[in-house]
Amino acid sequence: MPLPRLIPCLDVAGGRVVKGVSFVGLRDVGDPVELAQYYSDGGADELVFLDITATPEESATMTSVVARVADVLAIPFTVGGGVRSVDDAKRIIESGADRVSINSAALADPSLITAIANRFGSQAVVVAIDAGDGVVHTHGGRVATTTATVPWAREAAERGAGEILLTSIQQDGRRNGYDLALTARVRDAVSIPVIASGGAGSARHVADALRVTDAALVASIVHEDPTGLAGLRKEIEELGVKLRPLSEHYG
Amino acid sequence: MSEVVVVDYGAGNTRSVCAALGHLGRATVVTSEPGRIKDADFVILPGVGSARSAMEHLNETGAAAALRDRFTDDVAILGICLGMQLAMARSEEDGGVEGLGLLGGDVVRLREARVPRLGWSVVEPWGEAYYFAHSFAVRSPEAIATVEGVTVAVRHDKFLGVQFHPEKSGPAGLDFLDQCLSLV
Repeated sequence: MPLPRLIPCLDVAGGRVVKGVSFVGLRDVGDPVELAQYYSDGGADELVFLDITATPEESATMTSVVARVADVLAIPFTVGGGVRSVDDAKRIIESGADRVSINSAALADPSLITAIANRFGSQAVVVAIDAGDGVVHTHGGRVATTTATVPWAREAAERGAGEILLTSIQQDGRRNGYDLALTARVRDAVSIPVIASGGAGSARHVADALRVTDAALVASIVHEDPTGLAGLRKEIEELGVKLRPLSEHYG
Repeated sequence: MSEVVVVDYGAGNTRSVCAALGHLGRATVVTSEPGRIKDADFVILPGVGSARSAMEHLNETGAAAALRDRFTDDVAILGICLGMQLAMARSEEDGGVEGLGLLGGDVVRLREARVPRLGWSVVEPWGEAYYFAHSFAVRSPEAIATVEGVTVAVRHDKFLGVQFHPEKSGPAGLDFLDQCLSLV
């Protein structure tokens, strides 16, 4: 097994990083490339950028953010939001992203998962699931569907997804811990990696998640002080979870 | 300044490889032109995509033949991820694909609990952590490094192949690329 991954997530709107609580009440927290640099220096194992506005007009803005990040940083990263076709995925991967994350578009047309996987490999396709009350939600968590979370995760994996990004809508932004039970259920249902997301408020929360699954997304907890990531990593390791050893290049 | 050619096969993330080399002060040319591949001081065969479409592209453009010539002439080639896998005789990806056949060995699907393998692993015997994203792995008598028993680097004369992504492995990855380039 690869080492557990700590993944800062940057929600992007109009080329800026923003953060809200349970997907609403957005505020500006910084420049994507600058924040990405802090996280990279602090030992982030990879990054996720989610274009949370994801209107067609925004896609050019997002592509340029992706290219700027790729040109500045030698770090793996995933880009989600607004990926609705193989061409969208191609545009983002050719701009330097390692993976695309698809959500509503995969629900609307699950064959999109297979189409992107066939072109770029399964490792390039993350299926993001916003889960609440046992069902998948769309539109940034606002609209409940009738699709049950665990079977959908299983179907996504069978169709060629290389990873599941599982966000608990109830926990997101509230900083009182990940939904570990939900994470474990999805982990047990698939044989691809699962990233836990939503609810990190302390090193202990992250350590608990990394004992359950392969990777943990962090947002609010690091956005307040992006230079604090190195400290967070240290605390997680002190709680007994072994992370990637950083070479002498890191502060 | 010597020329570094990054081989384009239609699906690769060549931008990140070029950016990493840019950090090292090296100019790159992204091409599948056989002449450029044969004459370059250093060639990188990068790695994202599927084996079948990559080999089709390399065969159609003549890049495959150019890479074989380079290999025979013992001029430096670095294969990254799929780029290393393509150097083998064959891969079981996509129902079976014939590779460049530069090195002895083949490519098989990873047999572990969770595939793809995504994330950082410490490469032995080098002792440094690099970033991996793969569902297939090589088996080769030319193996020189492993992770948990899986071959992650192969070497034959001036061909070096690595399963990890040095261009995505932070400062350690850049150091690795710098060392590769300094061998030329």
